[in-house]
Amino acid sequence: MATSLRELRQRRKSVTATKKITRAMELIASSRIIKAQQAAARALPYTRELNRAVSAVANYSHQDHPLTRSVENPKRVAVLFITSDRGMNGAYSSNVIKTVAQIRQRLAEEGKEIVRYVVGRKGIGFLNYRQIPIEASWEGFSDSPTYDRAVEISDRLLADFLRPTEEGGVDEIWAVYTRMESMLSQVPRVRRVLPLEVVEGVHEVGEDEAIPLYEFEPDPNTVLDSLLPLYIRSRIWFYLLQSAASQLASQQKAMKSATDNAQQLIERLTRQANQARQAEITQEITEIVGGASALAESVEND
Amino acid sequence: MSDVLRVEVVSSTGIVWEGDARSVIVRTSEGDIGILPNHEPLLASLVPCAAEVLSASDTREVVAIDGGFISVADNRVSLLSQFAKIAQEIDLVAAEHELAAAEKRINEGELDEETRHHFLRAQAQVRAARMAREN
Repeated sequence: MATSLRELRQRRKSVTATKKITRAMELIASSRIIKAQQAAARALPYTRELNRAVSAVANYSHQDHPLTRSVENPKRVAVLFITSDRGMNGAYSSNVIKTVAQIRQRLAEEGKEIVRYVVGRKGIGFLNYRQIPIEASWEGFSDSPTYDRAVEISDRLLADFLRPTEEGGVDEIWAVYTRMESMLSQVPRVRRVLPLEVVEGVHEVGEDEAIPLYEFEPDPNTVLDSLLPLYIRSRIWFYLLQSAASQLASQQKAMKSATDNAQQLIERLTRQANQARQAEITQEITEIVGGASALAESVEND
Repeated sequence: MSDVLRVEVVSSTGIVWEGDARSVIVRTSEGDIGILPNHEPLLASLVPCAAEVLSASDTREVVAIDGGFISVADNRVSLLSQFAKIAQEIDLVAAEHELAAAEKRINEGELDEETRHHFLRAQAQVRAARMAREN
């Protein structure tokens, strides 16, 4: 037998310890997914009402607003991407990073330069390692985002959007996040956050309800002015929540397959160890029998 | 009068209060406004204040609002505010503490948007908590 019994047992022990860890992480992830999904569901009414209000105002005020105006030929495009803080969640972060690389290429072909805004330590580490410049980054809340963080991120993005391009501002803002389709599938999505396409929002509401004739206080433009930043925040907030849920789901999936794999390894090692032990015993018996018969033979010869 | 208002107070993290109401009083950027059933459709921006909702069961709910919007249509009223908080859930002592801290920062000359917002939010919460206590 190539490996000794002691070695096999040692390896089995170490795999068992790993399995305990992955199993625990799987359980933690699955309990937190529920919380993350609930948080995402609780944020829905706010988003819904805000969408409705934005479409209502947009219907009345067709005026040019800095947040809805698109630049003729955008040069600098901000890309916000949401990755995780820690590993152990399969391809979650790398899928997002890959998607970003794809858009970067597409935008580069259109002659646009991209500026990176990153959420999550994995994304930051990825870019730092390759010495790719990061405009701004946030970390430490990828699995349980708070609204304050969404405000922080969107305020930064808005400030850069409103700054002229020559002074380091950006012309467009895109976001890459992971949408939680179901427990089994989480898909990276690319969305343009700014400039807003308010007209698009009008259709979203239009499920057989007509928009009533609103009275605005003080006037449609002022309302729109204060409404749009809130709308952006709620978008970012939605992306963060979706990403958090996706992250936990893919963590659970990854940890489940790690646990299954460890279980298989343990079984194989146990079998090998048993075999090695049996081989040792058999050898010992053969030796004893051999020794005894040799002894008997020598007695007979005397 | 059989008409009632269907009120929803929504914050970014969930629905704070929902139910039927007889009237809603909030402060918009133009001043206090009272909404009764069959009000015309309205969309107004709010300033930080303590909003009052007189519910259909004649209880008065006070909600601290930190800006945001009110939209009224078809007897549906939605109050949208990022950090809306119902008065009973506000810890008066903590809110007063926060108010004092924000006030101090402002007095020290920090006049940026965030500090101001913090101050107004704390002020609205303290006001709402006191109003709820009076009842």
